[in-house]
Amino acid sequence: MNTMTLDAAGQAEPVQPKAVEQDTVGTQTKVRETVGKPFCDSAKLRMRNVNVFYGEAQAIHDVSLDIGRNEVVAMIGPSGCGKSTFLRCLNRMNDTIEGCRVEGELSLDDEPIYGAKVDVVPLRARVGMVFQKPNPFPKSIYDNVAYGPKIHGIASRRAELDEIVENSLRRAGLWNEVKDRLDKPGTGLSGGQQQRLCIARAIAVSPEVILMDEPCSALDPIATARIEELIDELRENYTIAIVTHSMQQAARVSQRTAYFHLGHLVEVNDTETVFTNPQHELTEAYITGRFG
Amino acid sequence: MQTPTLFALLLLLILVAYGTGFSRAVAAARTSGGLRKLASLPSYYGLHTALWCGLPALLLLGTWLAFDDAIIRALVMNGIADKPDTIAGQNLLYAQVQNLAAGHLFGEASPQVQAAAARFTELRNGSRNLQAALSLILAIGLGAFTVLRFSPQLRAREKVEKVLRGVLIACACAAIFTTVGILLSVLFESLRFFQAVPITEFLFGLHWSPQMALRADQVGSSGAFGAVPLFTGTLMVSAIAMFVAVPVGLMSAIYLAEYASKRVRTFAKPVIEILAGVPTVVYGFFAALTVAPFIRDLATSMGLQASSESALAAGLVMGIMIIPFVSSLSDDVINAVPQSLRDGALGLGSTKSETVRKVVIPAALPGIVGGVLLAVSRAIGETMIVVMAAGLAANLTTNPLESVTTVTVQIVTLLVGDQEFDSPKTLAAFALGLMLFLSTLVLNFIALHVVKKYREQYD
Repeated sequence: MNTMTLDAAGQAEPVQPKAVEQDTVGTQTKVRETVGKPFCDSAKLRMRNVNVFYGEAQAIHDVSLDIGRNEVVAMIGPSGCGKSTFLRCLNRMNDTIEGCRVEGELSLDDEPIYGAKVDVVPLRARVGMVFQKPNPFPKSIYDNVAYGPKIHGIASRRAELDEIVENSLRRAGLWNEVKDRLDKPGTGLSGGQQQRLCIARAIAVSPEVILMDEPCSALDPIATARIEELIDELRENYTIAIVTHSMQQAARVSQRTAYFHLGHLVEVNDTETVFTNPQHELTEAYITGRFG
Repeated sequence: MQTPTLFALLLLLILVAYGTGFSRAVAAARTSGGLRKLASLPSYYGLHTALWCGLPALLLLGTWLAFDDAIIRALVMNGIADKPDTIAGQNLLYAQVQNLAAGHLFGEASPQVQAAAARFTELRNGSRNLQAALSLILAIGLGAFTVLRFSPQLRAREKVEKVLRGVLIACACAAIFTTVGILLSVLFESLRFFQAVPITEFLFGLHWSPQMALRADQVGSSGAFGAVPLFTGTLMVSAIAMFVAVPVGLMSAIYLAEYASKRVRTFAKPVIEILAGVPTVVYGFFAALTVAPFIRDLATSMGLQASSESALAAGLVMGIMIIPFVSSLSDDVINAVPQSLRDGALGLGSTKSETVRKVVIPAALPGIVGGVLLAVSRAIGETMIVVMAAGLAANLTTNPLESVTTVTVQIVTLLVGDQEFDSPKTLAAFALGLMLFLSTLVLNFIALHVVKKYREQYD
């Protein structure tokens, strides 16, 4: 591993994270610290000193990050760097994995995400998620979208439900393609349509934050372009965190980009800065394709 | 030569043929420069020689053994001048001849029989010698021919694999032919039954009393062969069983698949499956000695009439027996539902139980239905518990506290003991068997179809 040095000088607004970890490898002591702008003023999601363990193995080391309102934050990094694990902390999806432990302070609108008093069900309704592989339920297109509103009791009458379904599908850019076959199974759509259906399903419960875990990795370029367009439109109303393997995608859709490396958050900066003038040598090595 | 000796000899020849073919190939490889010069590996040359040596000879032997008895019998019987007219009489006579030839007959035998017995012995010995000689000659001849014809260019592997494919096909056919054979044998006996009793009476008659008169003037001799009470009994017991097995089995499957921790699961799953290993007779004891009296006492204390052998007792215990079927199959199906669907539901803010009820179970439903249908055919075919706990009375009733009887139980009672196989009473068993066979066949067919459709969904 490259030696990391503390070098925050020369930045426009050096915001120093409080998280400093002493990591001893052999006799050499290295200081790891996030470079760039991990924090922002109007934070929707606030994470401080997050550590995640799978059993004994630590997957995330002392990550601190803010995600602002109506902002798209992209998380990039080589496979296994913990970006998906980190994303799944934000709506506590890691709870479903046996032996997974999350430490640190995470808050949504300054309300804690973890804690004995927190009910995970309304939290997940506020923080929606779109997964890597399109995972429509084996139900009709209509029922897929109506699922969330039904279980949360958002719509009681059929007409209200119809309206929510239509709005969500319209917002996801799928309405014109499926309006004549709402009763057909969602699994019968193409991959790109399925992923947009999943986005519509997530929108239907009116979340405040949408987490996207490599939403385009199973899609062809045209479907990908369609989803990226959609993300840009959704930013008006939602806060979005997206994990992606495609640096072009990160560059196209996000305002800020976070670079993860082996469970550490190495650099966070405005997307343009990250891709044109990376501050950290690891980030530079990754985006110029020297590893990853 | 005795047939077992002949078999042993042929086996030895086959081994020798394998060895010869193998060493021949190895030798050829050595002189021509390595195994690569051969078209196949030496073991395939060995197998090729062994197959040519053994297969034709064994086929000949098999055909011979299948037909020689019939031919010898025809020859012997033709030699007897005045033989009885009836088939039964001829059978008796031929049995006498065979016994005399084997030295089992005590007492006087007529000269005619003695002559026939001598001819029988002569024919049989001739046949055995000829069969031994022919098959050995065939084995040695073809084996030697194959060894002589050996060349490194011979594609032994392809030939061996062709034969192996034939063997595989034959094995696959064995199961199919057995099913067809069972169906045909039951079908022919049933047809004989339907000559005596009209099929409409059997299918729609409401009284079951399978008695046949020994004398024409016997009292109460009129047999009744209406199978409706048996089928309603079967339906009732199976329905009670499924009523127990499906909810309990399904819920334990849901617990095991969705809620149980890994440790509980590794412990509980085998324990539940032990239930499937208990012999049905033992379930029968349990039903007859524990459950049935308990139900009777309970019903009496509630002011209800209950027979000490009841459909309820049999159905309950049968349901317990079927629980592991349902739970094990459903557990597998629920586990096969992709985790991504659960994640999707949880990510939308579903609770665990909403996820299970609204996403996982609907997704697994076709597979669960398939498993339940397999369990139903198991319940319909179950015999022992019902014999012991439900009684034998063919009551046409819908009261589960009364004793009923099922199709399988009646088949057992009709065929137990010494029976004449040409009276409608016995033949009725085959007709019942046919109906049972057809209904479980249809159920299995539907179940497999449903399960298959489910598999296509996620592959």
